[in-house]
Amino acid sequence: MADTARIDWRAIDNDPRFQELHRRKTRFLWGLMVFSLVYYFLLPIGAAYFQDLFKIKVWGPVNVGLLFALSEFIVAWAIAWYYSHRANTEFDAMAAELIRDAEKIGGRK
Amino acid sequence: MTRNRLVFFAVVAALAAVATPALAQGAVAPKWQWLTFAVFGVIIGITMYVTFLAAKRVKSAADFYTAGGGVSGLQNGWAIAGDYLSAASFLGIAGLISLYGYDGFMYSVGWLVAYITVLLVIAEPCRNIGKYTLADILAYRNNPKATRIVGAISVITVSTFYLTAQMVGGGVLVKTLIGIDYEISVIVVGILMLGYVLFGGMVATTWVQIIKAILLVTASILLVFFVWLPYGFSLPAFLRDVVGDPKVQAQVATLLGDPAKNLSAAELGQRFLEPGLYFKAPIDQISLGMALVFGTAGLPHILMRFFTVPTAQEARKSVIWAMAIIGGFYVLTIFLGMGAAIKVGPTQIRAVDAGGNMAGPLLAQYVGGGADSMLGNLFLAFVAAVAFATIVAVVAGLVLAAASAMAHDLYVGVIRQEHVSPEEQVRAARIATVVVGAIAITIGILAKGQNVAHLVALAFAVASSANFPCVLLTLFWRRCNTGGIVLGMIVGTLSAISLVLVSPNMTYPSVVRPAQEKIVATQAASIAKLNGDLATAADDAAKAKIKAGIEAAEKAKAVAEGRLKDLGDAKTSIVGLEKPWFELRNPGLISIPLGFLAVIIGSLLYRDKRAEDMWDELYVRQNTGILAAKAAAH
Repeated sequence: MADTARIDWRAIDNDPRFQELHRRKTRFLWGLMVFSLVYYFLLPIGAAYFQDLFKIKVWGPVNVGLLFALSEFIVAWAIAWYYSHRANTEFDAMAAELIRDAEKIGGRK
Repeated sequence: MTRNRLVFFAVVAALAAVATPALAQGAVAPKWQWLTFAVFGVIIGITMYVTFLAAKRVKSAADFYTAGGGVSGLQNGWAIAGDYLSAASFLGIAGLISLYGYDGFMYSVGWLVAYITVLLVIAEPCRNIGKYTLADILAYRNNPKATRIVGAISVITVSTFYLTAQMVGGGVLVKTLIGIDYEISVIVVGILMLGYVLFGGMVATTWVQIIKAILLVTASILLVFFVWLPYGFSLPAFLRDVVGDPKVQAQVATLLGDPAKNLSAAELGQRFLEPGLYFKAPIDQISLGMALVFGTAGLPHILMRFFTVPTAQEARKSVIWAMAIIGGFYVLTIFLGMGAAIKVGPTQIRAVDAGGNMAGPLLAQYVGGGADSMLGNLFLAFVAAVAFATIVAVVAGLVLAAASAMAHDLYVGVIRQEHVSPEEQVRAARIATVVVGAIAITIGILAKGQNVAHLVALAFAVASSANFPCVLLTLFWRRCNTGGIVLGMIVGTLSAISLVLVSPNMTYPSVVRPAQEKIVATQAASIAKLNGDLATAADDAAKAKIKAGIEAAEKAKAVAEGRLKDLGDAKTSIVGLEKPWFELRNPGLISIPLGFLAVIIGSLLYRDKRAEDMWDELYVRQNTGILAAKAAAH
């Protein structure tokens, strides 16, 4: 951890590039988090309070409830894919720039 | 090496010698038990070989706890799946689906969604600032001594609950499956696990989990292939057979009771694909969902897996792989569970194990050609061996997590204040492993016959109410500090545990006794009636059927009588209540908000200069990974 002393963390925190990364990431992550939680809890709520809807048959014996439960898997995978796509292409590049300049930002103490 | 190998074979031979005379009747017929042992022996052989290779690489504490950070994202994804798909989830969920249809499948969803929380807010930040344990994250900007103590206590608490559930559940499972005595299987699991962890540390544990996950997924894919093939891989065609099956319809009729009388056979069958056969209390369902989606991110043995990869990118990749494997597996369980319901039948499944745990293994036997065929028994033996390997793999991960809290946090961090040589750190880790392993075996044997199902719920409750709020807020909330962490850990843990202690999970003699007495009375009446029928039965076939009925009724009566005997004269639950004081089985709905509230209040009431000063460093590092890659390269 000898390296930590050579980096001015406050200066990086105040760096506009970090601020931008932080702003984008925060909005993206918590938005996605809230969406996935809402989507998940719709399942037990639907199963308990909207049984008539869940019982509607749409494809042979396959009903809305079954399709909705299956969609939970698809949505979870889609969220994971979308997050990693954004992180791989956008956030990693922004972080890489900060890592490269870490010891320069704010000048050495 | 040669000496090690000799020791290894001696241990295996000794275990085999101990296990052989203890064999009784399980799902695997005695005639075929050698097959299970052969398959299991091969699995042990492969994993032990990996452990030998790994043992040479374990030189430092980093090697022991985190495989030196040298695990790839793909490997870690499989290992997470292997760690997470415990016997309870891989046999239990297929069982629930086979008995209750839709609700069983719905139950599995939360176990996957949990990984979204892990992916979005936990995995990468923890990789970026953590080292070996959960408490490392808490100690980063808070008072190291105080937060290590509360963090370690919480980790040990959660791991012990989970460990006990695994040991006891595993022991029962192995007995039902293979017929090995309970104590023997607990000891064998314990010793095998110690062998992996002691010699191979995290490298061996990782590989045991990977190999087990691959076997589990392969077995499931094969089974589903054979079950689904006759339907041309069409979902509606398969489900049409499910809802049209008389066994399934009979099961739904039994579950519904009186209201079923107004339903036609087709309606009964369709009801199997609709919610409400298992979960009766929606609020409890939501509470359980909360414990799952927030608790998984606070499970120490899952968290620890993210320290084994070199970078945040690899941590991300490992969650993606884990989600693909775990989710794919749960989708397959629809076919495993429903397939077992039509091929084997709910009655048959319940006859071997009331919880439905044998649905998967029995389906394997059916697919292979049935109880009398070589192939059927080979399939069953394979699934049984995978189940055994599962318990070993999950227990190994848990013991490693508990041992790291004990050795790294409490001994090295608190007692010795970090003044410990690298050699001594590894020694401390190994000693802690033996201690935890011995405790696990002892608890496993002492807790024989106890109902441990609620312990997994309890582990998730504590993880979601104490660990998760503390980790999340120290990573993302500037004002969070030592006061908040200490208060949050205490309030989260205590509220989760005390709410479970006064919940319907406990045994309430005044509720259980009349119910069991009623079972005894009804079964006695039905035995008397069947005996009457027996005298007037027309032919031998009818007689045999009645005799089987009598046998089943006597078995059910004996179980109920056993329960009554266990109750003794007790009038109240362990904490002295006549009936549950808190109606939810899962405390998450109350205890998770309480945990968050405690961290917030504790932080606001306490002033901690270090936590404020270190915030910039922690926040920049958790977001960017500055220094993390370098640290891993050392």
